[in-house]
Amino acid sequence: MQLIRTPNIPDQDLFYAELINSQRDMSEAQADMAIAKLALILANHIGDREVLSEAIALARDNTLANAPGDNT
Amino acid sequence: MSQTYTYPEYAYRQSEEQRSGQVRRHPAVVIGAGPIGLTQALDFAGRGIPTVILDDNNTVSIGSRAVCYAKRPLEIWDRLGVGEEFAAKGVQWKVGKVFFRDELAYQFDLLPEAHHKMPAMINYQQYHLEERLVQACDASPLVDLRWKHKVLAIDNRDDHAVLTVETPDGIFKLEADWVVAADGANSDTRRMIGADFTGQFFQDRFLIADVVMKADFPTERWFWFDPPFHRNQSVLLHKQCDNVWRIDFQLGWDADPTEEKKPENVIPRIQAMLGPDVEFELEWVSVYQFACRRIDQFRHGRVLFVGDAAHQVSPFGARGANTGVQDCDNLGWKLKAVMDGVAPLALLDTFHEERAYAADDNIGHSTRATDFITPKSRSSLRLRNAVLELARTEPFARPLVNSGRLSTPTPYLQSSLNTPDSAAFAGTMYPGTNCADAPIRKNGQDAWLLNQLGQGFVLLSFGPAEPVTVQGITAPVLQVGRDIEDAQGILTQRYDGQPGTVYLIRPDQHVAARWRRFDAAQAQAALSRALKLN
Repeated sequence: MQLIRTPNIPDQDLFYAELINSQRDMSEAQADMAIAKLALILANHIGDREVLSEAIALARDNTLANAPGDNT
Repeated sequence: MSQTYTYPEYAYRQSEEQRSGQVRRHPAVVIGAGPIGLTQALDFAGRGIPTVILDDNNTVSIGSRAVCYAKRPLEIWDRLGVGEEFAAKGVQWKVGKVFFRDELAYQFDLLPEAHHKMPAMINYQQYHLEERLVQACDASPLVDLRWKHKVLAIDNRDDHAVLTVETPDGIFKLEADWVVAADGANSDTRRMIGADFTGQFFQDRFLIADVVMKADFPTERWFWFDPPFHRNQSVLLHKQCDNVWRIDFQLGWDADPTEEKKPENVIPRIQAMLGPDVEFELEWVSVYQFACRRIDQFRHGRVLFVGDAAHQVSPFGARGANTGVQDCDNLGWKLKAVMDGVAPLALLDTFHEERAYAADDNIGHSTRATDFITPKSRSSLRLRNAVLELARTEPFARPLVNSGRLSTPTPYLQSSLNTPDSAAFAGTMYPGTNCADAPIRKNGQDAWLLNQLGQGFVLLSFGPAEPVTVQGITAPVLQVGRDIEDAQGILTQRYDGQPGTVYLIRPDQHVAARWRRFDAAQAQAALSRALKLN
């Protein structure tokens, strides 16, 4: 299986609202922790090592290509 | 400041009833001559309801304000006779560009579905629109538009309301069987009635400016997140008519609205955005705080609330005026049926049922866009920026970028006026949905479906059917192949119009019921249900 890079989430606006609303009333550290946990939960659900490697590489490369020491 | 538009000044005239001191009872009084009040009066007049409009001012909207008008309101205005002109005069756009910092994150094409009379969206200054609606009201013998009439008090009685009104000639009283409050987000009527208006205020301010320039920017919608000329904030650039451009600057919560509005502060911002060589003039500037709020009930006794008086949304996605026009469309036929005694008061409560549902849907869209544009916490800002960085190369991230979603009508799928389907249909024309337009031919000429539906109920049939009547209200038959021709097959496709199929369509061009073959008893029951008679 290959990493899906085309849109694959139905009702994407409601998904996004749910994601940011899940951090309501959290401290920044808690919000960071929740996102880190979400990454691990989803990685476990996907399981496929090749897909995970592709996703990890994409996240790393995209971030290094974009953010010039950005702190947000 | 204005260079491109001269604001009309409408004449105040003393009314006969004020002069004579004889209190008159009017069937319908609309408070507020903005786009929604004027539209409501035109709709009432089209249904034969004599309507008085009271406005405390004597001109149109100052500044461009509502800018984008979507397909459904244009279709409603087309029913009222002004839609074609708006579509012809407004600026049509299809391409939107989203910039993040100093680069293009991605661009999209609205790719509107072909074969509709009205475009997906136009940009048109609110003052142009209002001026044309005023003309149409003045041309109607059933609309009595009264400027410089300020409502001071409303006495909401059992079977009518008494309004205390102030004019340059003093104070007088008039009576109304029904009052429609279209007096905007800061509605005095709502305050006088004591209705609750609750929701969410966003901790942010936006500077909104109209500028005139002859720059060669393309006719596209440009949205910047965190651009170099306005760090950590967002900016929107939109084209209107007459070389007027609309610019929205996000200011942040700490900004001082009075300072920000001063030309010496606004002009450098715009110059930095457009570049040092672009010449422009400032026409109008205003600072807003956004809010998403809704009234508790759209009907309070004899007073009905429409437009911003009933619901306020943040402007991303252009949902204010667009949804207000749909309120008018929903209310007009229901009020007429109740006035004529053919439908019970309960029909008017479905105005709240359907339009409060639509308002909540709009508020949801608008809130989600605002949350994306102005993230409420550092971690949601980081998620937002992650989406924007990914959007440059990753197609999956692009639908998550939310700088405002195109305003589309909310189908009343759960409405108590619908008769649920008893057979399977393909497509999206479920009961409660507004009718999709389609090109047709009539008497050998090209025409459009929506223009054939008329002002009342109608049975759109793809086979034999007979008119049905309930309480003196008749739904005539519009038969495809007999009255109109579906030369391109698009009508049949959009309505899954297999032979024998019949749709019962409401006066506001929404589907009430549909069947695979005509049955007079079923059609009659569905018409009764759509009138809240059973």
